[in-house]
Amino acid sequence: MVGILLGLVAYPLVSALYMSLTDKTIGSPGAYVGLSNFLQLAEDSIFRQTVGNAILYTVVAVMIKAIAGIGLAVALARIGERGATVRALILLPWVIPISITALAWWWMFDPMFSVINRGLRALGVAPSGVPWLGDPFWARVAVILVNVWRGLPFFATVFLAGLLSIPRELYEAAETDGARSLDSFVRITLPLLRPVLSLVVLYSVVMTVADFEIIYILTRGGPLNRTHLFATYAFQVGLEGTVISKGAAISLFIFPVLAIASYFTLRIIRRGEEYA
Amino acid sequence: MVAAAFLLFPFLWIGITSLKTNRELYDLSAAPLLIRQGVTLEHFELLLRRTAFLTWLGNSFLVSLSTTVVTLLASVPGAYALVRMSFPGQDTLGLAVFLAYLVPPSLLFVPLAQVVAAFGLMDTLWSLVVTYPTFTVPFSTWLLSGYLKGIPRELEESAMVDGASRLRALLTVVLPVATPGVVTVVLFAFTLSWGHMIYALAFVSRSTWKVLPVGLLTELVRGDVFYWGALMAGALASALPVLALYGVFTRYFVAGLTAGATKF
Repeated sequence: MVGILLGLVAYPLVSALYMSLTDKTIGSPGAYVGLSNFLQLAEDSIFRQTVGNAILYTVVAVMIKAIAGIGLAVALARIGERGATVRALILLPWVIPISITALAWWWMFDPMFSVINRGLRALGVAPSGVPWLGDPFWARVAVILVNVWRGLPFFATVFLAGLLSIPRELYEAAETDGARSLDSFVRITLPLLRPVLSLVVLYSVVMTVADFEIIYILTRGGPLNRTHLFATYAFQVGLEGTVISKGAAISLFIFPVLAIASYFTLRIIRRGEEYA
Repeated sequence: MVAAAFLLFPFLWIGITSLKTNRELYDLSAAPLLIRQGVTLEHFELLLRRTAFLTWLGNSFLVSLSTTVVTLLASVPGAYALVRMSFPGQDTLGLAVFLAYLVPPSLLFVPLAQVVAAFGLMDTLWSLVVTYPTFTVPFSTWLLSGYLKGIPRELEESAMVDGASRLRALLTVVLPVATPGVVTVVLFAFTLSWGHMIYALAFVSRSTWKVLPVGLLTELVRGDVFYWGALMAGALASALPVLALYGVFTRYFVAGLTAGATKF
C-alpha cells in the first residue's frame, strides 16, 4: 500500500512538477527550461480561457448542486421510509459511470434529433431548437447541466443522511416554542448540517474542477474553447499534441485547488464536527 | 417529481433508443418517446457483428476484476496496519491515505503516461491494472480502516491468546466481522474501474485492448456518421453489470457513499 501511495501518487506528482520545468515532448527527453512553460501559458489565450471556464463551471455547478441537493434531501426526508425505492432510483446517475451516461447526453443534445429540443418544441418553447453543443453559451449550459445531473444525487443522499441524524426533539421543542417550519430550517437544520455541507462542497469543488469525461465526450473543450477545463486542455496539449511538459504544467493547476480544499477539509475534521 | 424525472430520463432514453428501428429513430414526425414500428435488436446486432464490443467487454471485466483483487490485497493489510499496529509515522501515513483519496485522476495522467511508457506498458491492459489502484486503494484503505476501528480489539486478541497468528486472527476473526466494509470496497473498486476513462484513453489506443467506455466513444462514430442506436445499445449493455450489482447491494453503495463524504 505504501508502494502504491509513493510510486503511483507521490512520485507522479513530483515528476509532473519536474516535467513542467522542461521542454519534453513525447519521443524527446527535453531539457530544463525553468518557468518557460508557465510563462507561455500566461500568454496563451486558450489557457486563460480555460482558467475562466474552470472557475465558472465549478462555481455555478457546485452552487446549484448544493442548493438543489438540500431541497431534494428535505423533500426525500418528508417522503420518509416509503420512499426507499425513489431514493435508490434517483441515485442511478451517480452509480452508473459518467463515461457511459454522458454518451446518452451526447445523443440528447444532438443538433438534428435532440429529444430535449423536440420536447421544447412540443411545449411551444424555442421552436427553432436550442443549439446545445454548437453555441458557446449553450454548450456551457449543457456541460454544467450534465455535471449537476451527475452530482445532485450524491449531494442529496449525503444531506439526507445528515438531516436524519439531527435529533427530532430539537424540532419538537422549537415547535412548542411557536417556531414556524422556515424558522426551524434556518435555525436548526442549516447550522447542524453545516459541517457535512462544507465537506461535500469541498470534495465536490476538487472533483468538479478536475472533471474530464463530461467535457471530453460532449464538447472536447469547444466551441471556441469555451468549455475546456484543465484536464481536457492538458490532454489535448500533452498527449494529443505530444508537448507532454506543457500538458504537465496545465494539469498542475488543479493542485492548488486540491491543496486548499484539503486544508479546509482537515480543519473541519480536526474540529471533530462529524455526523452520520 | 420534477427532480426524479430529470435524474431518470436519460436512462429511459437509452432504453428507448436502443430498441427502436433506425427508420423511426430518425423520423422527426414520429413521437420520440414511443416505439410504434416494432421493437428491434438491429442495434445490438451491429454492436456484436461489426464492432469489437465483446473484446472490449472482456477487457473491461479483466481490468476491473484484476483491479478489485489488487485493491483488496493492498487495502486490507494496509487498513489493518493503520488501525491495529503501532509504528513510526503511522499518523502521517493515515493522513497521506486520506489526502491521496482526494487526488483526482486527471491530475496524474500526464506523469503516469511517462511511468507507463517507461515500463513498456503502453497499449496493454497492464497499464490499466497498474494505474487504476491509484484511485481505488486510497479510498478503500480509508473506508476499511473506519470499519476496523469499530471492531473491538479484544475479539482478535482472544484468538491470538488461543494461539492463532496475527494473520490467522485477521483472516478468521476480523475479516468476517468486517464483511460489510469488504463488500463495499469490492463494489466501489469494481464500479470505479468499470467506468474509468481518462487513463484508458491516455494509455491504450489499439482497438483490441480498449475497455468499454473508450471503445464505444471512439469506434461508434465514423467520420460524421453516428450510430446512435448502437451507441445506446452499447451504453445499456455497459451499464447492466453495474446496475445488477447496485440492484443486489443497494445499501452497501449508499453506505460507501455517505461514509465517503461524512465519516472521518
